[in-house]
Amino acid sequence: MFRRRPEAVGPTVTVTVEGTELHVPQGVSAAAAMLLAGLASVRETPVTGAKRSPYCLMGICFDCLAEIDGQPNRQSCMVTVAPGMAIRRQRGKRSVGIE
Amino acid sequence: MQRFDAIVIGGGLVGSAIAYGLAREGLKPALIDEGDVAFRASRGNFGLVWVQSKGFGAPHYQRWTRLSSEEWPSLAAELKERTGIDTGHERPGGVHLCLSDAEFDERRARMEQMRAEAGNFGFEYKMLGPADLREMLPGLGPAVVGASWTRYDGHANSLYLLHALHKGFIARGGTYIPNRTVDYAGVAPNDFRLGSGADEISAPKIVLAAGLGNAKLAPLFGLSAPVRPQRGQILVTERASRVFEMPTTTVRQTVEGGIMIGDSMEDVGFDTSQRPDVMRAMAERAVRSFPFLAELQVVRAWAALRVMPPDGTPIYDESEKFSGAFTANCHSGVTLAGAHANAFAPMIAAGTLDPMMAPFSAKRFDVPQAA
Amino acid sequence: MTLERVDFAVIGAGPAGMAAATLAAELGLDTVLIDEQEAPGGLIYRGIERAEDHSPLGDDYLAGRQLAGALRASGATYRPATTVWHLDPEGTLSLISGSGTETLRARRILVATGAIERPAPIPGWTLPGVMTAGAAQIMLKTGDLVPSGRAVLAGQGPLLWLVAAQLVRAGATPAAILETAPHRNYHAAARLLPRVLWPARRALWKGLSLIREVRRAGIPIRREVTGLRALGRNRLEAVAWDSGEIAADLLLLHEGVIPNTQISLALGLEHRWDDAQLCWRPVADEWGATSLPTISIAGDGGGIAGAEASALTGRLAALDVADFLDKLDPAERDRRAGPIRAALRRELAIRLLLDRLYRPAPAILVPEDDIIACRCEEVTVGQIRRAARLGAQGPNQAKAFTRCGMGPCQGRICGTIVSAVMADTLGRPIQEIGAYRPRAPYKPITLGALAGLDAE
Repeated sequence: MFRRRPEAVGPTVTVTVEGTELHVPQGVSAAAAMLLAGLASVRETPVTGAKRSPYCLMGICFDCLAEIDGQPNRQSCMVTVAPGMAIRRQRGKRSVGIE
Repeated sequence: MQRFDAIVIGGGLVGSAIAYGLAREGLKPALIDEGDVAFRASRGNFGLVWVQSKGFGAPHYQRWTRLSSEEWPSLAAELKERTGIDTGHERPGGVHLCLSDAEFDERRARMEQMRAEAGNFGFEYKMLGPADLREMLPGLGPAVVGASWTRYDGHANSLYLLHALHKGFIARGGTYIPNRTVDYAGVAPNDFRLGSGADEISAPKIVLAAGLGNAKLAPLFGLSAPVRPQRGQILVTERASRVFEMPTTTVRQTVEGGIMIGDSMEDVGFDTSQRPDVMRAMAERAVRSFPFLAELQVVRAWAALRVMPPDGTPIYDESEKFSGAFTANCHSGVTLAGAHANAFAPMIAAGTLDPMMAPFSAKRFDVPQAA
Repeated sequence: MTLERVDFAVIGAGPAGMAAATLAAELGLDTVLIDEQEAPGGLIYRGIERAEDHSPLGDDYLAGRQLAGALRASGATYRPATTVWHLDPEGTLSLISGSGTETLRARRILVATGAIERPAPIPGWTLPGVMTAGAAQIMLKTGDLVPSGRAVLAGQGPLLWLVAAQLVRAGATPAAILETAPHRNYHAAARLLPRVLWPARRALWKGLSLIREVRRAGIPIRREVTGLRALGRNRLEAVAWDSGEIAADLLLLHEGVIPNTQISLALGLEHRWDDAQLCWRPVADEWGATSLPTISIAGDGGGIAGAEASALTGRLAALDVADFLDKLDPAERDRRAGPIRAALRRELAIRLLLDRLYRPAPAILVPEDDIIACRCEEVTVGQIRRAARLGAQGPNQAKAFTRCGMGPCQGRICGTIVSAVMADTLGRPIQEIGAYRPRAPYKPITLGALAGLDAE
């Protein structure tokens, strides 16, 4: 859905999106990384399982909720990529970790 | 000028349950309500259908709550069938967690007294230790010393209940009149008129179920409803996969998956603002009870005012001065919905309260303290 | 950790917040500027500190560098990556950041949280691949990222043309532009032209140049588009309208911007429904003072006026607060305000025209019954109408009956739609119907953070 302009300069950061490594421009959001990865959708809603992707990219719509570094339901448009960040789709309700 | 068989003032859980019950009895009631912005204790409810803590020192209240709890499943089924709305009622029993030995001992003493006061009616409870609790409540923290448990407790979705009662009320021929503040024109035995001119409505029976508003309204009808606001705050987390089957007094999981955390009790007058320090204390206790909760995000929270009678026990009354006027006041609109729809409403339809309701009268506040 | 009381806390590092904090610090106020993002700029100047000289985003965007630079050089304490989750009008802010929760106390508070895109509830608007024009702009601003496939821009408003131009300059010319401004809007705007032509000449010229630039790029443009809908099974495949259809991978919607009233509504500030801009606005005087004595509003959060105007209203609020805190005498305050107000009048001159020209069609505020109004809880317009017919008198009761507004966004997206739909169903003005009453936490916060446990 999105690509980097060829004229763009600047360092990149390596993250994984759904387990696949991806180099994205430094300073972009985790949501942008998922869009760059070309995911068909970023999450499935907890209400009906409907497929969603970011709508506003400015922290208002909450349609960009994703699992980032193991923490579910984070507004991925509000999180800047960091080296090694693991970004995964949010599949419905979050699970709860109980030992 | 519209004439009804009964007027119920207050469209919250108490008023709508009574109104629904009246409509089911074949009456043509009117349900009067305020507008979108009002105190509305019903919108702040935690959702417990709770028996084990009710009626300490007041066995009649204990029995009334048990009755309601027994009526709940049939009310829920009936509402589901008639309105299509599932109130999410579950009755797996319930637990009150104790986070210290002192709390545990105090709780056990309380449960024992409840049992003693219940007499032949019976009150069965268990004090559970951590091992038993952990089976019922996954992720229980080491700080939990034990809990009291009874099989009578459960929970439901308070807003679905409100929606279902409203829908059911209208489906049975009830008339809902919102955006009205009560501006009475006349109060006479079995003849009550509200409003004026084309807006006037009248009925031979009137039920005051206006929550905190009852305090001012009641004297006009020869009744007394000395209720006070008590603030409670609630936190709700993001939706999570099902963890808890059993509700506790301060933590329960909704049908949608969000985990609700209560249960503050603050004496602050008519103030519905939230307090971060209270929210923090609630979060602390929740996380001490279930450490895994620390990771969950709170997405929603609110503060609402409970309708609190002076001794915590409901006030039900019928007016001696103006026959046909009744009042209902309590802070457990969800728990008592069964009793309100299935027991209280029929009493009103019949024209007088059953003698079992006598101890709930506000006259109990007139009794001078024993020396 | 509880900080001592500062003079002035500013929420939002867009043009209003940056300008206010900078001036306040200059005037000797102990000032803190709090913002969720990691760098200043808000939305309009997002990524401004990383911007290149010949950015496809244009000179108006680059003008934001000055504000950011001035902020950095000022004595204001800048707290990025910090979220306000509760605000007590007494002057206590509850904050959450990477280092956990903290409390900040301030004598006066400025809410400068800016604007949001007006939701554009067309059929299929929840499909993956449907975003706002502003979202595409954010991609460009933060990482030089552009649409890779067939992108269609649809809607109306200056931002539609601006984003189109920016994408053309960035080498990602959109496949089509579908403008939804109805016929009658052009007529009504034309009648206003004589009044605004001279005072708004600069803005008009800029707007026309932008449209010319876009036309020169040869993009197919359709006007007066009606019946816009997004088609596709699990993601966008095509965009259709009453007289056409086009295959698309990305649909960028825009129906104007409206104030972000989440915090102002949560505070219980008096709001009025602005019928010219079709949005809720906090009631504020010419200094941004509101119905609560400690709270001021500045920038687009008080009413849409644009970036330059936002900086100006930010400065007016700072002057007023400085006067209130005795760092400035009233005469000096008024003297300094003079040129600011003159500049503000110039900036506002075009508003009359823009509000009329780009007034959303009724279906944007009151969509068809089967369209989702609340994206979070997937509640349709029809369900809200049914709640109103059942007796719900306003959005808060509708929320109780339908769950709309209870999801993570807490009514930010569905708010205006719900109020408008209920007003339409009940036959009453939107002002009377009212808005949601949002509560804290304004943004999600973990139970652990709330309990005061250390951040991981």
